[in-house]
Amino acid sequence: MKKKLKDKSIIEAKLVLKLYVSGMSSKSMTAIENIKLLCDEHLKGRFELEIIDIYKNPKLASEQHIVFSPSLLKKLPLPQKTLVGTLSDTKKVLKSLGITFEK
Amino acid sequence: MAKNKEETFRKTPTGISGLDEITNGGFPKGRPILICGSAGCGKTLFAAQFLIKGITDYKEPGVFMSFEETPKDLEDNFMSLGFDLKKLQSQKKLHIDYVRIERSEIEETGEYDLEGLFIRLNYAIDSIGAKRVVLDTIESLFSGMGNMTLLRSEIRRLFSWLKEKGVTTIITGERGESSLTRQGMEEYVSDCVILLDFRVIDQIATRRLRIVKYRGSMHGTNEYPFLIDEHGISVLPVTSLKLDYKSSTEIISTGLPALDNAFSTGGIYRGSSTLITGNAGTSKTILAAHFALSSCNRKERTLYFSFEESPDQLVRNMATIGINFKQAIQSKLLYIHASRPSLQGLEMHLMVLNRLLAELKPRTVIIDPISSLITIGNSSEVGAMLVRLLDTLKINQVNALFTSLTHDGYTEYSNSNIDAVSSLADTWINLRNEERNNERVRSLLIVKSRGMGHSNNQQNFTITGKGINFTTTNKK
Repeated sequence: MKKKLKDKSIIEAKLVLKLYVSGMSSKSMTAIENIKLLCDEHLKGRFELEIIDIYKNPKLASEQHIVFSPSLLKKLPLPQKTLVGTLSDTKKVLKSLGITFEK
Repeated sequence: MAKNKEETFRKTPTGISGLDEITNGGFPKGRPILICGSAGCGKTLFAAQFLIKGITDYKEPGVFMSFEETPKDLEDNFMSLGFDLKKLQSQKKLHIDYVRIERSEIEETGEYDLEGLFIRLNYAIDSIGAKRVVLDTIESLFSGMGNMTLLRSEIRRLFSWLKEKGVTTIITGERGESSLTRQGMEEYVSDCVILLDFRVIDQIATRRLRIVKYRGSMHGTNEYPFLIDEHGISVLPVTSLKLDYKSSTEIISTGLPALDNAFSTGGIYRGSSTLITGNAGTSKTILAAHFALSSCNRKERTLYFSFEESPDQLVRNMATIGINFKQAIQSKLLYIHASRPSLQGLEMHLMVLNRLLAELKPRTVIIDPISSLITIGNSSEVGAMLVRLLDTLKINQVNALFTSLTHDGYTEYSNSNIDAVSSLADTWINLRNEERNNERVRSLLIVKSRGMGHSNNQQNFTITGKGINFTTTNKK
């Protein structure tokens, strides 16, 4: 399993990601850790990640239709996806972001 | 202890006419209230009216968090009820936050919370200083989400946070199969639960409201009919009758001098109510017509509700016995409103009555016959409706006359629908047909007459080309 994940990843285009977190809550911290790890491992140089604290930008939460926290928004490539939760289910996260691997 | 409780337990007006009376002053201030009911029963309107009236009448800004309808839809829908949401938003008194959740775009990847929703609510409340909040319908969060336990505990946290925040919140919920709401919201909202119901009995739809629970407060426990019209929702708190109307000493004619003479006062009091009972064909309508015409002759506007005859037929038939309505109708003194009792529910009838009362401001109102309404509701409902109607008429000093059909000559004292009316009527006249010597003899008896001496004789009469003609002379 672990080996498989270290295979060369394939993505269609550069990923534009926005992670909405609520302050320093443990769930938020876990999500930040997970996404950073994932990006480092599979998306070197092929991603754009912005981490936004909705406590500091409450208006943005409404504009971006954030309900659940933490929420990772995949803005590009389309279709848009919202990944809610701590991003701990790596397999699901990779699939949702459209990341596949060379066999 | 009791006093202390009273001090801490404050209420806030509901903005729904009639509901404050049932709830003994309104909703619990600063607490969540659950409004539940099946689809189409008026939950959203109920919630919106609470919010909008709060803004316009009680200066309490409000936040509407919509999980189902877009702000545009809400604005359009409530515009038709005369609520201008756009204007209230631009005045910073109303904040609509549309919570759009695209199920197809969402993936659950671990534990999460509803902090996004909390922050949005907090921001919305603080930005306009809201005192009232509506969450319509928060249960839609559940659909499509896997982790129910997590959501439930988050919603529980949300409600206690709202309570802490001190805003009065209405939460709407769709009726579930075995519980009040699909997700059992009633477990979390323990302070006040109101159930709305929309049911069809004998093909007539009626809306009802019941307070299922109201912790720490007295409340009416009945089911109350409510109606939705162009002014929004109003509840009919039939039990809120107050016996404090003024009573006139002015005497008016019944339209029949001979009948007037049967009363020691030479007529009946203005603003009093008269009930005419009798079997089929005892000329109740004719007596009512005389009463109507005398009112028109005094140049007083008269409203005639006919539940059996069309205006044309009534005018034609009365003309044959010399009661001419045409002129009165032309000069707008008489207005005949005819409708089938089964056309609509009781409350709709009452609504039409009330609206016409407000529009025409009549001095005399005739309902012919009131017993027709029994066919569309049970007698207690009709009774309740009549109490309310009579209440309105009395307050406005309107002369009221009701006719009521009885089925058996001697059962008028045991007929339940007469019971409902007779105690409310100030004057009760019973009409009878008897056969004597192969001839039908029509007679009239004054059963009761409050505050007036009256003849105890049965008075015979005939119907002539000039209306009712008494054949026995009155002895006082």
